[in-house]
Parts: sequence; C-alpha cells; structure tokens
Amino acid sequence: MMTTPFDVVAVRGDFPVLGRKIYGKDLVYLDSAASAQKPSQVLDAQRAFDATTYSNIHRGVHRLSQDATVAYEAARKKIAAFLGAPSEHEIVLTSGTTEAINLVTQSWGRSTLGPDDEVVITWMEHHSNIVPWQLVAEQTGCTLRVVPIDDRGELDLDAARKLIGPRTRMVAFAHVSNALGTINPVSELVALAKAHGALTLLDGAQAVPHVKVDVAALGCDFYAFSGHKLFGPSGTGALWGRRKLLDSMPPWKGGGDMILSVSFDGTRYNSVPHKFEAGTPNISGIVGLGAAIDYLGGLDLDAAFAHEEALVHHATESLLALGKIRIIGTAKNKASVVSFVTEGIHPHDMGTILDQEGVAVRAGHHCAQPVMESFGIPATTRASFAFYNTHDDVDRLVTAVRTALEIFG
Amino acid sequence: MSDLRELYQQVILDHNRKPRNFGDLDGANRFAHGDNPLCGDKIQVLLKVDGDNIVQDVKFKGSGCAISTASASLMTEAIKGKTVVAALGLFDLFHEMVTSDLPEHELDPSLGKLGVFYGVREFPVRVKCASLSWHTVHAALTDSDAVVSTEA
Ligand SMILES: Cc1ncc(COP(=O)(O)O)c(C=O)c1O
Repeated sequence: MMTTPFDVVAVRGDFPVLGRKIYGKDLVYLDSAASAQKPSQVLDAQRAFDATTYSNIHRGVHRLSQDATVAYEAARKKIAAFLGAPSEHEIVLTSGTTEAINLVTQSWGRSTLGPDDEVVITWMEHHSNIVPWQLVAEQTGCTLRVVPIDDRGELDLDAARKLIGPRTRMVAFAHVSNALGTINPVSELVALAKAHGALTLLDGAQAVPHVKVDVAALGCDFYAFSGHKLFGPSGTGALWGRRKLLDSMPPWKGGGDMILSVSFDGTRYNSVPHKFEAGTPNISGIVGLGAAIDYLGGLDLDAAFAHEEALVHHATESLLALGKIRIIGTAKNKASVVSFVTEGIHPHDMGTILDQEGVAVRAGHHCAQPVMESFGIPATTRASFAFYNTHDDVDRLVTAVRTALEIFG
Repeated sequence: MSDLRELYQQVILDHNRKPRNFGDLDGANRFAHGDNPLCGDKIQVLLKVDGDNIVQDVKFKGSGCAISTASASLMTEAIKGKTVVAALGLFDLFHEMVTSDLPEHELDPSLGKLGVFYGVREFPVRVKCASLSWHTVHAALTDSDAVVSTEA
C-alpha cells in the first residue's frame, strides 16, 4: 500500500517537551512504550476544561457539573469509536490497563472461575496481565496455564493449541508485547478460545499507539488500554467489554456513582458501565484522553505507522552493524520496539551512558520478568519509538551506543 | 562525557570484567541476599567470620550492572581480614561518600580504592547500584540470613 510521507517535523511541533535539552543536548525520547509524550492539543484541552468547566460529574444539578458530565461522557464516546466498540455503554473508564485487567479478574474471574477451570496467558505478558490472574487463581482455585515463546519472541502456537482446551475459560494476552514488540496473532488465538467456549481478553496497552484497533473485527471479549501510552494523561484508560458480559458481571469496587440507591435493606447497582466506576474518577484526565484521540484522528495514521516501521528497521540495522549487539525480539510481525543486549555491558550501564548523551531509553526487565527468564537474560535496553521520533533520533541512539562500546572497550 | 569517565573508571571496568572473590564459599557462616528490583540486580554475600570476629573470607555471587558488580568485588577486597567492627565502619564511610556532599579531598583515607565510587553521587539513580553489596554485607554482619532490597 502506498502512503504519503509522514510530516514528522510538523508533528514534533505539537509536542513541547521534545524541545527540551538534557545535559545541554537535544532530548532524544525513545521511551514512549513506558509512557508517551502529550501534544499541546491534549495539554490545552485539559487546561481549558479545568479552567472553564471542571466540576464533579453525574451528581450536580448545577450547570458546571452538567457541562463537566457532558465533556466526560463525550470522551467515553470517542474511546468507543476509537476502539470500534458498538456502543459507549461498553466502555468502562479506568485508571489504566492495570485497573481494567483487575476489573476482569476480580469481577468476572472471581465470580465465575472454580477449581476445574483454567486461564491461559502467555510468557510475554506484562506483570499486570500475570499477577491479577495469579491472585484470582489463589482466590478461586483455578489453574493458570502459560503459552511459551520461541527464540524470536513469537508465541508457540502449537503449544497454545495443546494448552487451550475444554477446561479453558479465558485466554488473556498482549495484543503487542511491551518488551519484544511482537504483534500477536489475535485471530488464531481468538479462534482457538472460541472453539472451546473460552473468552478472550486483549491487553492493548502497547497496541493502541501503533496498530489500528477494531474490537469488532478482532473478535475478542475484553480489550484494555492506558491513556498515557496513547499520548494522553496518566491515570486514565478503559476496558471495553461485550455488553452481555458486563451486564452479567458483579461490581468489584463499591462506592459512589456505581449505585442506583443505597439502603441497609439492600443496595441497587447502577447499570453498565457506571456499575464498575466507583468513586470520583480522573475527570480532566479522561477529557484529555478524549483530546488525544481527537489528535490522532487528525493524523494520517497509516503514514505514521509506516514511519515508525522505518525507524524500527533503521535502528535494528544500525545497531546490528555495530557488532556485539543482540536484538531481543525479532518477530516477523513487530511494532515500534527495539530491545537489545550488548556483550559485556549491562543494560543499566547502557541506560546511564545513553542518558548522558541525551537519549532516554528504558533499561531493565520492563515489568516482564518471564520474558527475560525465557531469553536467559536479566534485563534489556529498550528503545521504543513513536511517530514523533526521527531518523536523526535513531542516529543519536546508535552514536551513543557506540560511545558505550568504547567506554567498555 | 567527563562525568561518564569519572563514573566508569578503569578500576571499575576491570573489577566488572574480572570480579574478585566471586563464587561459592565453603564453610560460610554469614549470608545475605540483596535485590534491586528496579533493575533486576541480585547479589548474595557469603562470609566466614571467625571466633575473634574477623572476616576470614568473603565471596559474592549474582548478576548486576558494572557499578554493582565492581562495587561488590571491591567491597570483598576491602573487608577481607578486617574485624566486623572495622567492616561496618567502612560501610558507614562508603555510604557517606556516595550520598553526601563531602568534597573529594576530605574522603577518609581508609576508603582506599573504594574512592573510585566517588563519582557515583553525580548519578542519583546509580547510587543504589553502588551501595547494594554494602547494604547486603551490612545485613549479613548484623543479622544473619537477611534479605535486603534497595526499595525497602
Ligand atoms: C503490555 C502492557 N500491559 C500493561 C501495562 C500496564 O499499564 P498501566 O501501568 O498504564 O496500567 C503496560 C505498561 O507498561 C504494558 O506495556
């Protein structure tokens, strides 16, 4: 498919922090997988909301509260459209992916799983799609099964075919891996799950910024993501779930907003999605997330994603050309992450040296210790790209890695 | 770049490449584990302390960055043959060196080679790497079987 070139210079102008100097050098921000930067459009929208409209939502007779509620609910509609969800009633607003997954484990999982049931996850999950399942396994006696990965960082589908069976009630996996960049074969896994009557949950934290998501086409039952990886504010996110499922699930947190009426004779719960939204949320944050989605709507995303792919290719080739570098995660289908290890240089030292050169990367286990274990390494250095990165950024990264190689001789 | 050369001095690079006193210790009677969960550094310190409270032998195991590996290696060299009290005294001096504003020329001379870690204070996130083995040995010498974490 032909795409027009992406105007990265214009886009960079939208992200004020990218103009920052670090130790006197232009910042090269290659840590968007940890958290993406926010464009002025998001910062301004939040500020304007706070300055003119802010109030608590869903509970005021006064005009300000009504306006705030409208703005907040408008963001929910934008999120629904962004994910291809049939209705905004299927969007539960959360503080992020972590809370969205915990909602599923504690509401759906805790109320339906039992000792004969199995939940299948994978070796490449972020801790936030591992630990909540471990907790619910302890609570319900269900068994957790884990699909292994191969040396390229792709899921072992033969193993998945054996692991997913009649006892499987849920298959929960990353749409895109944060540590490896692998884009997982959603349709195969969803089909396997469906064949056995199991549900599917996709952790979309790393997918939404880099691939087009359409939950209807994906065929999954739940989809979770975080606003701060999508150029929006931290402390925001959403869970999409099928209406029938959400309706059948019990509340998991109690408090204001999630009720219709409270009485000591019995409390009546609100309808979905509000049933799952106890307490005052991050109101301006969610409005900011709506603005981030609007911002993305104004970009040519095909061109943006093609640009990211070119950056990943450039970085991979140039790092390998230095020698002594091993790329961790070489899946055929891969998004926006270059994780690597260097002979004789620990990622933590690499991270410090790159930082001194103004290059911000993540060094560590990326909250995916099983991934590290399966590659037999303690940690990696991870450069992660967003559409606002440039080929110049890649060159700066490579030069800084060369400096590290020199220092460590 | 000059700060980096200050951090990654030859002594540190050398001890990282060829850690001294690395491995198992038969007859060890004091142990501790240290963890830096932020970067995944793990270290185990094993000591043989005799009836006169002298550190007869000390070894370390584990994996970590250059700063934590070199620091562990130099720590073992520094405390071997010292009394427990003297080793704990070095812990205090080391801790002060990497966390205070003490000028370089006022460093206690008994720090000796450990002075190469002076530059770490310019890298706040790396102070934990340099101190991990020291906190671990401190735990081993004051409370056997201890586990320490830089995030405790
Ligand atoms: C794949 C993946 N899942 C889940 C999370 C957790 O997201 P949050 O911390 O925003 O809840 C992350 C964030 O690092 C991630 O990369």
